[in-house]
Amino acid sequence: MPSTLTSAEPPRGTPPAVLSLAGLGVTFDTPQGRVVAARDVTLSVARGECLGVVGESGAGKSQVFLAVMGLLAANGRAHGSARFEDTELLTLTPAALDRVRGAGIGMVFQDPLSSLTPHLTVGDQLSEVLLRHMPVSADAARERALTLLERVQVTDPTERLGQYPHELSGGMRQRVMIALALASDPPLLIADEPTTSLDVTVQAQILALLAALKRERGMALILITHDLGAVAGLADRVAVMRQGRVIEVGTAARVLKSPQDAYTRSLVQDARRLDATADTSTVPTGRVDDAARDDAARGPVVLAVTDLSVDFGVGHGWLGARSRLAALSGVSLELRTGDALGIVGESGSGKSTLARAALQLLHATRGRVVWLGRAPEELPPAAQRSLRRDLQLIFQDPLGSLDPRMTVAEIVTEPLRVHERALDARARLATVLATLARVGLAAELAARYPHELSGGQCQRVGIARAMVLGPKLLVCDEPLSALDLPTQQQIVTLLGSLQACSQMALLFISHNLALVQRLCARVLVLYLGRMMELAPATTLYAAPRHPYSRELLAAIPSVDPDIQPARLSAVRSGEPPSPLAPPSGCVYRTRCPEARAVCAERVPTWEEPVAGQGIACHRWRELS
Amino acid sequence: MLSYALRRIAGIVPTLLVIVTFSFAIVRLAPGGPFDQEQPLAAPVRANLERLYGLDQPLPVQYLRYLGALLHGDFGPSLSQRDFTVRELIGQGLPLSATLGVCAIALALLIGIPAGVLAAVWRSRRTDFSLAALTALGIALPSFVVGPSLALVFGVWLRWLPVAGWEGGAPRYLVLPLVTLALPVAAYLARLTRGSLLEVLRAPFVRAARARGLGGPRVLLRHALRPALLPVVSYLGPAIAFIITGSLVVESVFALPGTGRFLVQGAIDRDYPLVMGMVVVYGALTLALNLLADLAYGWLDPGARHE
Amino acid sequence: MNEDATAARGLWSDAARRLKSNHLVVAALAVLALITLLAVAAPLLTPWAYDTLDWRHLAQPPALAAGHWFGTDRLGRDLFARTLSGVRLSLLISVLASAVSLAIGVLWGAVAGFAGGRTDGWMMRFVDVLYSLPYLFVVIILTSLFPRDNVAVLLLALGAVGWLTTARIVRAQTLALKRREFIEAARALGVTPTAILLRHVVPNVLGPVAVYATLIVPQMILSESFLSFLGLGVQEPRASLGNLIYVGAQEMESAPWMLLLPATFLVALLLCLNLLGDGLRDAFDPHER
Repeated sequence: MPSTLTSAEPPRGTPPAVLSLAGLGVTFDTPQGRVVAARDVTLSVARGECLGVVGESGAGKSQVFLAVMGLLAANGRAHGSARFEDTELLTLTPAALDRVRGAGIGMVFQDPLSSLTPHLTVGDQLSEVLLRHMPVSADAARERALTLLERVQVTDPTERLGQYPHELSGGMRQRVMIALALASDPPLLIADEPTTSLDVTVQAQILALLAALKRERGMALILITHDLGAVAGLADRVAVMRQGRVIEVGTAARVLKSPQDAYTRSLVQDARRLDATADTSTVPTGRVDDAARDDAARGPVVLAVTDLSVDFGVGHGWLGARSRLAALSGVSLELRTGDALGIVGESGSGKSTLARAALQLLHATRGRVVWLGRAPEELPPAAQRSLRRDLQLIFQDPLGSLDPRMTVAEIVTEPLRVHERALDARARLATVLATLARVGLAAELAARYPHELSGGQCQRVGIARAMVLGPKLLVCDEPLSALDLPTQQQIVTLLGSLQACSQMALLFISHNLALVQRLCARVLVLYLGRMMELAPATTLYAAPRHPYSRELLAAIPSVDPDIQPARLSAVRSGEPPSPLAPPSGCVYRTRCPEARAVCAERVPTWEEPVAGQGIACHRWRELS
Repeated sequence: MLSYALRRIAGIVPTLLVIVTFSFAIVRLAPGGPFDQEQPLAAPVRANLERLYGLDQPLPVQYLRYLGALLHGDFGPSLSQRDFTVRELIGQGLPLSATLGVCAIALALLIGIPAGVLAAVWRSRRTDFSLAALTALGIALPSFVVGPSLALVFGVWLRWLPVAGWEGGAPRYLVLPLVTLALPVAAYLARLTRGSLLEVLRAPFVRAARARGLGGPRVLLRHALRPALLPVVSYLGPAIAFIITGSLVVESVFALPGTGRFLVQGAIDRDYPLVMGMVVVYGALTLALNLLADLAYGWLDPGARHE
Repeated sequence: MNEDATAARGLWSDAARRLKSNHLVVAALAVLALITLLAVAAPLLTPWAYDTLDWRHLAQPPALAAGHWFGTDRLGRDLFARTLSGVRLSLLISVLASAVSLAIGVLWGAVAGFAGGRTDGWMMRFVDVLYSLPYLFVVIILTSLFPRDNVAVLLLALGAVGWLTTARIVRAQTLALKRREFIEAARALGVTPTAILLRHVVPNVLGPVAVYATLIVPQMILSESFLSFLGLGVQEPRASLGNLIYVGAQEMESAPWMLLLPATFLVALLLCLNLLGDGLRDAFDPHER
């Protein structure tokens, strides 16, 4: 047995284990035979302790704890031992197991929208759990529900009781899930990827909440995640799983700072590379601050966007009246050849809308877009279409962006068919193969269909399709969020090298600041469709000026267990406002710790203290 | 919920108007007018008759008079049965047809949904297979085959139930017609319910509810059943239409004096006022029942109300 | 380029494999083929035409020796010939009506879904209004307007009303497809809208439509039989499964074979076609189960 497992047992003198697994295994009976999801898992967690269980997706982490709760799918079997406070869970009757679930062990799941019953109000669901596990009356249950909602920092708790899950934001829903799990004060809480589908600032808030709750109640917490930063901030001990086995266990400090297993080491290294709070001089060599070059050295303007605004009409009213949603307001930017601009923001910031409006895939309500010196809306459709060969787009969903009925070769050939009619079949084929090689795809894959490729391969095909005509601008709309960490690294490297060789302009949109930092020289921060700050990447990450930029950077988890817990407790609470009813004046003021009266009265103007940098804040001079 | 209901109700009005206009067009413009059946009439007699029935007025005026008459429930005279107005004829048969239809829907729901729920809960190979076979048969057998076959078995061979007819209106005359009408719908409902419930039971929120220790039956009934019934309620619209058309055959096969025979016989005899009167009545009925189904859907699924 | 055609090409071969392993569907296909063969070959197998009267054998039960394998009806017509003639007619009308309704439905749905906005609104409102009538009523009205023994009219009436569901399904598919990113990618590439419709939308919609097509045919058979049963479809002396069953129902107390034989053929046809359609749907979308 590898020495990394000797610390599976908690050190002597610690409180007794609330949950201890011994030799737990999970198998599934599938038409293809028996599949082993987990084997020989031996772990324990004590009161007041947080155990982080990390690993890639498919490592079996969730299945182990679903087995503990008796929630495996119908074709799943668990064997071994899972003891909860002296009771062997795997042999309990369903009725006895029901008593343990909810009252003894609470569980929080990944996607709160699909994990809350859609047709019952928040109040109904809370009361139901309370009445089931505790001897209280209906009124007392309601009181307790309110208290619970307040404790998990849900705003307007009385109103929320009568609302349905789909009326709440993602962060709010997750808080409700936590309230449900804690309703009957269980000694153990299992959180299965609780933050994965949330924005980074909300992620930080939820993790901070879990940390606070653990301290208050002295309960045991099991955090299952693939995000090492979450673990660094919260966990006392860490277990690493791979392909169904536990390959390393130890204190958080030891596992994260000096991992002993090779796989763990590579995981930590990958996570460190994307850690924005670490070495900020990780800007790729050869990348010079765009603004520092003088105009003569910079190329012609590829894309110029002036005061772009996009409004959507949503909802039904009488006689078809609709509310106005300002997805984008007054955004201006300029890109020249060789530039790399990153657009960051959370959900609702308008990043994707910006990408599509800039490429005229969406109709802009106001503002001007200029491509390579020409205004596309003034051109006839055919001329506009022919301009598109120089402005390409890659998408968030690697599989969805490819026509499932076309082979890879056909997909990458299509741009040639549209814009290079003169080429004959052989020339086309040669170009296609060359482009595939350039993006790192083997020639054999050309005859495959998209559903036969991995996510990373699909994304490479998308890039090949975009690159085959040698465009002058490449817009990337969150191209990495659907990929796992190692693949993200590879694609980022690929994009970087493609951009460096061909000197094309790059517009990179992402919510992941760490990735943006690796590729882009300048970064534009958006919030609720408005520009907040524009600065060179180095400046932004080292000394952000706008309060929102500061909040974003503070929310990025660090993989260093020495500093992350403190950073986590410094996280501010605050819900993003509804885009249908944006706050007056500066839209960020409801979450801004530096807000003053003037912030509610006037919309801050966009000031450019230095060429190529900008900020929209009333108080930025005082604050820097 | 209220605004959703009002929107739905408002949506019916244009459809109803179209049906009525369509009906008017057919009645007035169809070839073979009311006076073409017998020997050609003398011109002044024809002119008199036309004036009597208002057929000499310009079309827009006729249209408005038609609308007005409809609002009073006056569909005009029957051309094939000269002694009766359409309203009287429909009135004679509607109670029976309505009873038949409503009972058939109720029966189908009462049999089909519980059968589907049980099949989903007791997932065994044998129940799955027999249910699949039964429902396939139930869906494939047309009512005009099932009806006579049932009459043959239970009426002729076993002599348990009357073969056809409606003497005095005793309930036993309705048994075979009801079963014939409700069977295919019940079969489809069972299959639909089973499939939908199975899918919902795999949903994340059901697992989350079980994780809260709420217990099997409660989770099933309170959390899983409502979303599972959504496709079933969506199907109610087509089910109603199916039962309405099925009643035509059932009334014919079992010689029941409902309104179905008027539609068919009227079409054969080219009695347009009768046919179109039936169309308007049935159209309105279908719309009303579909509205109820829509409202039920809105109640079951809070998310749909905001769409 | 590596001509790797054997390496799991696309969804069609996958679906074909699943279909072949479904024994129920294979059996249904076999029975269907048998019936069709019988119907086509019937005139060669029996000396009787569907309307020849045999005065010597009135209302005879089935007897293999006497040459009337399915018996005769009250007028002395051979039921074997009549039943299979009915099968031929039913199949012909249904397949043609299905083709008509599919063609109209696919075009209507694809254009409505792709165009979106107001056009879509009006096109689908039209469909909704027609849909709100029990459609058989409309068919009945249409057939009553024209002289009755006209098969072409019957065909048109069935097809003209049957396209509604197809249009709805195709429109829903097209709408869902429009939101998929690869359509947006095509726009970003500068592909013309017509080319997008033909090259990307239609091939991706055809899959579900093909499955639905096999389920339309039995519906058409059912509708045609239904109409003929009521007296509005195929008229005497021509035989349709519908009017044969009608006569059979009248005579069932004294001559049950006149009902049971055509009924069996109708039920077998419907059952096999439905099973085939279900099998196809499962083969293309295995999540159904």
